[in-house]
Amino acid sequence: MGVIASSSESDVHRLEIRLMGTDPRARTLLHDARDLGIMSIDAIDVIDVFFIHGILENSERVALEHILVDSLLQQSSWKATATTCHHFVETALYAGVTDAASQQLLRIASRLGISVDAVTTAKRIEIVGALEPGELDLLVRKLLANPVIEYWSVDSLIIPVIPVESRAHVVPVEVVPIALDATDEQLLKLNGERGLALDIEELRAVRDHYRGLGARDIELESIAQTWSEHCAHKTFRASITDDSGVVLRSLLSQLRDTTDTIDAPFVVSSFVGNAGIVSFVDGVTIALKCETHNHPSAVEPFGGANTGVGGVIRDVLGASHMPIACTNILCFGPPDTSGSDLPDGVFHPRRIRAGVVAGIADYGNKIGLPTIAGAVLYDNGYTANPLVFAGCIGIAHGEYVATTPQPGDRIVVLGGRTGRDGLRGATFSSMTMDASTGDVAGASVQIGDPITEKLLIDVLGRGQHLFRAITDCGAGGLSSAIGEMAEGVGASVELSGLPLKYPGLSPWEIWLSEAQERMVVAVQDIEPLKEACRIYGVECTDVGEFTGDGRLVVRNNGDIIFDLDTDFLHNGRPQRHMTAMMPAPRRTEMNEAEFVSVFGDIDIVSSLQQLLRHPNIASKEAIIHRYDYEIRGATLVRPLVGALLDGHADGVVVAEPLDVHGIAIGIGVNPWFGEQDPERMALSVVDEAIRNVVAVGADPDKIALLDNFSWGDPRRETTLGHLVAAVNGCCTAAIAFSAPFVSGKDSLNNEYFGSDGERHSVPPTLVITAVAHVPDANATVTPDLKRTSNVLLVLGHTSCEFGASHLAKIMNLSDIGVVPGFDTSAPARYRTLHGAIRAGLIQSCHDVSEGGIGVAVAEMAIGGRLGVDMSCCEKASEAQWLFSESNGRFIVEVKKEDAPKVLSLFAGESCLLGIVADNDFLLFSNGRDVSVTELSDMWKTQQ
Amino acid sequence: MKSSPIAAVLCAPGTNRDSDVSFALTQAGATPISYLMSDLISQPSRIDDADIIVIAGGFSYADALGAGRLFAVELENSIGDRIRAAITERRPVIGICNGFQTLVRMGILPEDNRLVALGHNDGGVFDCRWIEMEPVSKKCIWTRNLTENIHCPIAHGEGRFTAGSSTVSALLKNDQVALRYVNGNPNGSVGDIAGICDPTGVVLGLMPHPENHVVARQHPKFHRGESGGLGLALFQEGVRYVNN
Repeated sequence: MGVIASSSESDVHRLEIRLMGTDPRARTLLHDARDLGIMSIDAIDVIDVFFIHGILENSERVALEHILVDSLLQQSSWKATATTCHHFVETALYAGVTDAASQQLLRIASRLGISVDAVTTAKRIEIVGALEPGELDLLVRKLLANPVIEYWSVDSLIIPVIPVESRAHVVPVEVVPIALDATDEQLLKLNGERGLALDIEELRAVRDHYRGLGARDIELESIAQTWSEHCAHKTFRASITDDSGVVLRSLLSQLRDTTDTIDAPFVVSSFVGNAGIVSFVDGVTIALKCETHNHPSAVEPFGGANTGVGGVIRDVLGASHMPIACTNILCFGPPDTSGSDLPDGVFHPRRIRAGVVAGIADYGNKIGLPTIAGAVLYDNGYTANPLVFAGCIGIAHGEYVATTPQPGDRIVVLGGRTGRDGLRGATFSSMTMDASTGDVAGASVQIGDPITEKLLIDVLGRGQHLFRAITDCGAGGLSSAIGEMAEGVGASVELSGLPLKYPGLSPWEIWLSEAQERMVVAVQDIEPLKEACRIYGVECTDVGEFTGDGRLVVRNNGDIIFDLDTDFLHNGRPQRHMTAMMPAPRRTEMNEAEFVSVFGDIDIVSSLQQLLRHPNIASKEAIIHRYDYEIRGATLVRPLVGALLDGHADGVVVAEPLDVHGIAIGIGVNPWFGEQDPERMALSVVDEAIRNVVAVGADPDKIALLDNFSWGDPRRETTLGHLVAAVNGCCTAAIAFSAPFVSGKDSLNNEYFGSDGERHSVPPTLVITAVAHVPDANATVTPDLKRTSNVLLVLGHTSCEFGASHLAKIMNLSDIGVVPGFDTSAPARYRTLHGAIRAGLIQSCHDVSEGGIGVAVAEMAIGGRLGVDMSCCEKASEAQWLFSESNGRFIVEVKKEDAPKVLSLFAGESCLLGIVADNDFLLFSNGRDVSVTELSDMWKTQQ
Repeated sequence: MKSSPIAAVLCAPGTNRDSDVSFALTQAGATPISYLMSDLISQPSRIDDADIIVIAGGFSYADALGAGRLFAVELENSIGDRIRAAITERRPVIGICNGFQTLVRMGILPEDNRLVALGHNDGGVFDCRWIEMEPVSKKCIWTRNLTENIHCPIAHGEGRFTAGSSTVSALLKNDQVALRYVNGNPNGSVGDIAGICDPTGVVLGLMPHPENHVVARQHPKFHRGESGGLGLALFQEGVRYVNN
């Protein structure tokens, strides 16, 4: 990197800080090393190192040491300690990667009047143990350092590098010749050289637009960003021909049409802008959004997940709503994956999980938003391609009016500084990964700065009147943000005033930088905004004006570096034409004899135990406790509920402490169904998300949905066929429930070419988020059993539906049976259930999903630490009844005296399951029993 | 006697439970006013009107150099003398979570020259869970009239109260251990100490968040019919002390 130089010429003070006792990071590293199969390490220690560049008096060193070191907890040394360990590795973040510690030390030194030129930090990892040849290298590559954000030194002291002033390396804008008659071959060559990730029709459109005049490189980059799959959703907007020759409406149009058909009165804004907006209560609107951050999380799990959370919060801010809660759905490889099975360039699933969870916790906890709902899934298909879905909901008071910039408005950039961060993030996330992606895509991943974004929330929350229009800087950076705002209006931008993280950025880098924590606003009068920013310590820069001439012109120090027609940028992309091969899944249910022949003689107790231990079903408590789900004091139905607060809620409810209204959030996801029958998967997960919110007390007639698709490469016709089928399922289910989609996002190309030459794709993963109105927060319900002698009823119909079920999974059976079908009587049942909840008839309620009634009743028993006597409810095929995953079902707990009434409310679709018992046992009708304590221990075993 | 004492809620960049504690103070009968660090630097005297001083929880300055360390330096340099004067005048001060860490780093808790610290949780990671704590100090004006244990969440990564055994004995002897974890110690704090007061009894620092249990519905077992143990009581004590 041209702007980086060693600082060896100036004074560098090295301060080592060692924690007394075991550093928790060391404990984790030791554990993770063993996951990699490295057993020869006896001990690891982690030491923080600060490099303070500048000439310091001794008293100044003492003052800084006093801030950095707590003598009761830490030991420090201004010398590199001679150690007795076998090896040591020192790692440091590249310049420009967010490092709050060095920024803050530099800031406080200046406040204290201590002259410091720069601060860099490093980590020193000391290893005791006789490592085998090659193990140290493996340890460094897979565990201790990440080349995406760090450099390192093995068995020698690291030499810190700091950015220095140098304009010499600024690359001028280059004009790329594109001949009017350029051939496809020439265009594809250009595509590869520039990393544009465009297809041939798009390249031809670019060629034709420039009419042989040549394109500035920055314009090409900007077009590539705007037209990337990530930003333009080309597949969802494509015209698709299915294998019977029928040309379908685009997938996005199908989803939009569905929302239009439902015509729900509570939808304020759908499928436009940064987030969907609904209003359940007069004068209050809710913004909801869910995003993916898959590729970044694969190469830098902490930073990828961290910035994923930051990004979706900015989406809500960009819709002029104040964020109030975060959600996340995480998909990893199995935690017990053997280190030797890992493809090249892939981290161990446990390391990815640890980094992702820490990244989500770090952002949410620090920004001060509760992380309240989610799911964690494990499958081999996610080992190389972990998925991270991050969601956010926000609230605003008053009537929502969408606003757009007007000619004459100033363009103002707020928040973080611009660096080389995330360059080409949008095109990166649209490309298939390979073993070297972690190296070449280095700059595409960043680490977030939640405090800066918190300050943005503070300013924007108190200053809604200060701006006319707003959008966030996400993929594509200013290019996207200003580009979108300027659509139809035009803008004139001057980049030279923008504060940079370090000198030496080329204009195209500034224009395309994906530096986090920035928002762009259109303002009539900048002064009041400046004053608000000053108070909160937020940087605020006027970078130009919305013009009204429809052109987007960007200058650097007055020189035009970019000049494009916004109409071409946003509407010039030719529609993609694609072909889909539709799936033809089996739809005939097994009969009793087939069930017996496939599954054999099922031992109910041991199957239940295995199911509860399965990582998909097992307790997620250890992860949930890492997130602050209590902040704001409004998490009424928490993710953790029950007698010992370790049971899992179906959905969560947010309700301000004194408010009677609430908002329920539920998640539906089942990729295993998707592999076998994508249409039924979509129907099932929409149903599941809705069940989850209805179960806690939401009104089934006031539910809005978000769709998030993470899929393989849609240019493969079967993969696209799966996607088309899933969208069909989404639309059918949404109409059946009158629950409109208001926003969605697709992340395609989640594939990976391993060095084994094989192609890895994620299972078709559709995440549905349901956000619903809770009319009476005091009448919400949790799934933990409440009281002895209460009666448990099953609502809904149980069929022999075991396709891709978890019973099949634990028995290693694949491609058997049918994926559960949609229950058309479900919507009416949910309304009846809601009435019963409002009437106080339901003591607890749990939706039935993975593992069927058996797992659901065990979870209720664990939640309440009470037993259930099911001896009264004899079934012809108990195993089938207990473990089928049919849709549309709940288990409810009712008082004995209310049971007849509830049974009659659900006449023909309810039956007795058992009686809550004041003991520790689940007693089945065949006389077998199992201890709830024992089940709970299995369910809670850490994996 | 004042009807609604003014509570100054001090916020650094990254403080994030200021709204929660303001809600609790309002419910307890106080009038909370938030002051940003930038306000305190430019107009330090604004703090002099406060009847109660509250240092709210969060991640001040991202806790980038350790919890509360920079907030402590900034407060000391801007209004350190004014906070100490308030204590002398027996105006109540409370630091919650990050605020507690800050008061310890300022040397206000437990008192100058006595070494205590808040280290990384035993579990090594940030932990959010409900705890129960018992008010024990009869010296501390915030806890001395409390009759019931408080149930409320913790949400911290660096909350392990750490002190040498002689310091702990001295704190106990001096009645400065204000709150103790009961039915489980979430972070490995020595002596199950959840909160301490200064020798005057007007300054309380605690790791848990009583401001998140202000109304009965916030009880995590509300759906099981359980209630009680409101954190509100603590704030009511502070208000009552000012009003008397």
